[in-house]
Amino acid sequence: MSTFVMPSLGADMESAVLMEWKVKEGDRVAKGDVIAEVETSKGVIEIEVFEEGIVEKLLVEEETECDVGSTLAIIRTEGEVTPAETPAKSLPEPVIEVDHVDPSIDKAPEPYAGERIKASPAARRKAKEMGIDLFSLAAAGEALHLSQVESSAPTEKNETSGMRQAIARAMSRSNAEIPHYYLGTSINMTPALHWLEEENKKRSIQERILPAALLIRAVVLSLKSVPELNGFWENDTSHLKAEINPGIAIALRHEGLITPALLNAETMNLDQTMRSLDDLITRTREGKLRNTEITQQTITITNLGDLGVQSVYGVIYPPQVALVGLGRIIDAPWAEGDALCVRKVMQATLAGDHRATDGRTGAKFLDKLNDLLQHPEELL
Amino acid sequence: MKTDIEKANQFYRDMLLIRRFEEKCVEMYSREKIRGFLHLYIGEEAVGVGVMHALSPEDAVLATYREHGQALARGIDPKRIMAEMYGKMEGCSRGRGGSMHLFDGLARFYGGSAIVAGALPLAVGMALADKMMKRNRITVCFFGDGAVAEGEFHESMNLAALWHLPILFVCENNRYAMGTALEFSHSETNLAKKAASYCIEAYQVDGMDVEAVAKAANTAVHEIRAGNGPVFIECLTYRFRAHSMFDAELYRSKSEVEEWKKRDPLLLLYQKYPNIDIDKYENEIALIINEAITFAENGTLEPVEELEKFVYTQEAIL
Amino acid sequence: MSTVITYREAVRQALREAMEKDERVFLMGEDVGRYGGSFAVSMGMLEQFGSERIIDTPLCESAFTGAGIGAALNGMRPIVEIMTVNFSLLALDQIMNNAATLLHMSGGQFNVPLVIRMATGGGKQLAAQHSHSLEGWFAHIPGLKVLTPAIVQDAYDMVLLALADPDPVLIFENSLLYNTKGELDTALTPLSIGKAQIHRSGKDISILTYGISVFKALEAAETLAREGIDAEVIDLRSLRPLDDEAIMTTVRKTHRVMIVDEGWKSGSISAEIMARINEQAFFELDAPMGRVCSAEVPFPYAKHLEDAALPRAETIAAMARKLMEEL
Repeated sequence: MSTFVMPSLGADMESAVLMEWKVKEGDRVAKGDVIAEVETSKGVIEIEVFEEGIVEKLLVEEETECDVGSTLAIIRTEGEVTPAETPAKSLPEPVIEVDHVDPSIDKAPEPYAGERIKASPAARRKAKEMGIDLFSLAAAGEALHLSQVESSAPTEKNETSGMRQAIARAMSRSNAEIPHYYLGTSINMTPALHWLEEENKKRSIQERILPAALLIRAVVLSLKSVPELNGFWENDTSHLKAEINPGIAIALRHEGLITPALLNAETMNLDQTMRSLDDLITRTREGKLRNTEITQQTITITNLGDLGVQSVYGVIYPPQVALVGLGRIIDAPWAEGDALCVRKVMQATLAGDHRATDGRTGAKFLDKLNDLLQHPEELL
Repeated sequence: MKTDIEKANQFYRDMLLIRRFEEKCVEMYSREKIRGFLHLYIGEEAVGVGVMHALSPEDAVLATYREHGQALARGIDPKRIMAEMYGKMEGCSRGRGGSMHLFDGLARFYGGSAIVAGALPLAVGMALADKMMKRNRITVCFFGDGAVAEGEFHESMNLAALWHLPILFVCENNRYAMGTALEFSHSETNLAKKAASYCIEAYQVDGMDVEAVAKAANTAVHEIRAGNGPVFIECLTYRFRAHSMFDAELYRSKSEVEEWKKRDPLLLLYQKYPNIDIDKYENEIALIINEAITFAENGTLEPVEELEKFVYTQEAIL
Repeated sequence: MSTVITYREAVRQALREAMEKDERVFLMGEDVGRYGGSFAVSMGMLEQFGSERIIDTPLCESAFTGAGIGAALNGMRPIVEIMTVNFSLLALDQIMNNAATLLHMSGGQFNVPLVIRMATGGGKQLAAQHSHSLEGWFAHIPGLKVLTPAIVQDAYDMVLLALADPDPVLIFENSLLYNTKGELDTALTPLSIGKAQIHRSGKDISILTYGISVFKALEAAETLAREGIDAEVIDLRSLRPLDDEAIMTTVRKTHRVMIVDEGWKSGSISAEIMARINEQAFFELDAPMGRVCSAEVPFPYAKHLEDAALPRAETIAAMARKLMEEL
């Protein structure tokens, strides 16, 4: 028994209409006999059987459209020698991949000799516009694209070029425009540091709190008591801010200083302050700061001790109205009661915009700061 | 020296091989085993067989896309031809050519051209090379009535005659250039006359009579080897099937085909030599063809990784 | 030992030497014999080698090119001279459907060791049908090799390289180069097919070019040097295959690149080169790639119009300046 199928007569033939059967069921057919007429796009063509046999069944009605390969009839063979049907060697269809890539494209780009950064032309242009040094953005082996440059901040090299100039301009303006007053006080840090040591014993290494975080926390809480120092001076008026975003002065790898904001520090407890500070420093060094962190500082805390000077009288970053300076913690003589002892002592200074606040406000702030640091458990 | 009867048997067997091979191709094409274009030699067997019998192994053959007959008559293994049509690596062109581009170095068979008249200039060059190197070889070029309208035909006739080249031009005039009849293609339908106008020896011969073709070919080959320049033989023949598989034959009548079938070359030869043992040859050939199918079915597909080979002789530099 | 001769003499010398050494080599084309060659390249060769090896053909480009293919198939090493690339279109079927494909169609059985030489280029006020530069077009076809000798040394070397190649090689000789003089040293090992050559080393911008444009580019480079722009000029020498390695190396060096191509701009070989640079050296670019090509117009007869249509040293320098300012 074999099936007679609609033959393919050409590569672009998908189907044909069976117009007329030339045989009836029961007819004997010989090889080469015309079995039907089919209508194709090129006209009516006769189709033939390829074997001897008896027409067992005609499966399709006349005037039916049939796909190439579909069964049209059954032919019963009668013990004649028919060509041995050898099963075709089963080979997978050759898959011609449409996107077969020219091998020359697959070749990896040549390794870069020397200092050249891999960056797209668009990225290069953006970096130049933003005053960013590509070197600081480049990750090993990967190409820099436009979006990466756009989402990055001015970095070290940037400091010394575009940003440095911007800061210079701002500082000049600041000194020219802002009437500064300066206050300073010495703070006994021994209790706070001692307390911190104990607290850290309760924490894992990753959770340890650094003195810097403690100090920032203290400043933030002090600002809650003295909010006049947290805000902007614009259009001849003070605009105080509810959110406290202290700009933290962070030293960068090559020369330079940057003061990104710890956003919404007022919502953080001590642990959160520590974690946020850590994250901020990391991202600063990686050049991955957010725009708001660069622009939304409400006050700046500078010289968090590790640079070395004991006290700093800085210049306020306009439009902020205050600058807190915290000196290096040193062992210094301290009077307790009548006795002289050695304590960890830190100089805290405040620069204030005299248009926004006066010395009394400033003093109040420093007083609160000192007070908090003497009762560090309140900083948690 | 073969007797007429021996030769006739040989002719019959060779023509029958072509006939059955082509019929099997129809079946396999309908079953989508063979793809692309399929141009059948059914009805024209006498031309290929008659001419090939006049040639020596050192002669070269150039054919058209309707070349299975010439390829078989030239002695190329039917297994390798079928495998080629199946697109397998074991095919004579490694599966790269298909039905229209059969090549075989040992048989000195140079295709297989899909461009009508495209091989005529090649024949001129091959014959030129033989002449320059003083080799006693003939180049045979098969082409159809359609080719005679192409510029390349005229350019090649001119050069062949001008340079006195050892070429046998065999024009298979089957009266149709695809769907266009002779009288719609040529102002002068006597094609031998056209060749003669280039000062080439030109003959017309009954293309359905294998003995007539063989005789004409022998004479021609003899002339050419004697250094008398090219010869043109116009074989008046007919294809019983359509131009290719996908052709409704709207351009000719069924009755015309039936008339010509009465002069089927196998029939004519058998009528002249009724003692030919047809059954013996049928059986022999059936086995050969079965073998060819099995060989082709079991063949290998060339790995896709090798796609870009055979662009240049050494490694593809691309 | 090097001599100073003309480009034409260099080609002739190569043809002579090849034919003296190998009896399979012969020259075939229109007017190569009795006329002495339409550009006088084969002057005197008929007398030396006879009419069997210096063959004057009738005007039948398709047939004599096909005959060249047939002769190559059958053991000879023919050199077919098609008078100009403009007439090669009549032979395009033989070149593309036979010469380029026989090796492949036969599954590797038959190769075609044929050399076709053609004069190319515009600039002689010969108008639209006689001024084509189609070498870039032929470079599109797999199976062919396309050479464009610019300097005298290459005019000589490339004939011999082509004859040694087992596959069909097309040599495009810009007709305005035949009279140029240069050094030929036959003792030098020839630079292979597919290798470009740096004619002027530079660090600011790379100019990739071929054929007659090499000289226009060098002239432009001189002008640019006086303006403080240091251009590297590279002669591609072969358009198929292209020397990708040399191209990417120069891009990595200067980061700015332009191409000078005498073909019409659209779909030209300059477009192909730009595509490859995009694929292989995108991140090396500091400026968009530039190109100077022929204007998109059939070539006009009037001199000032034709001059405006072709690449010139001034337009090359202008493009280089523009690319130096970008970004």
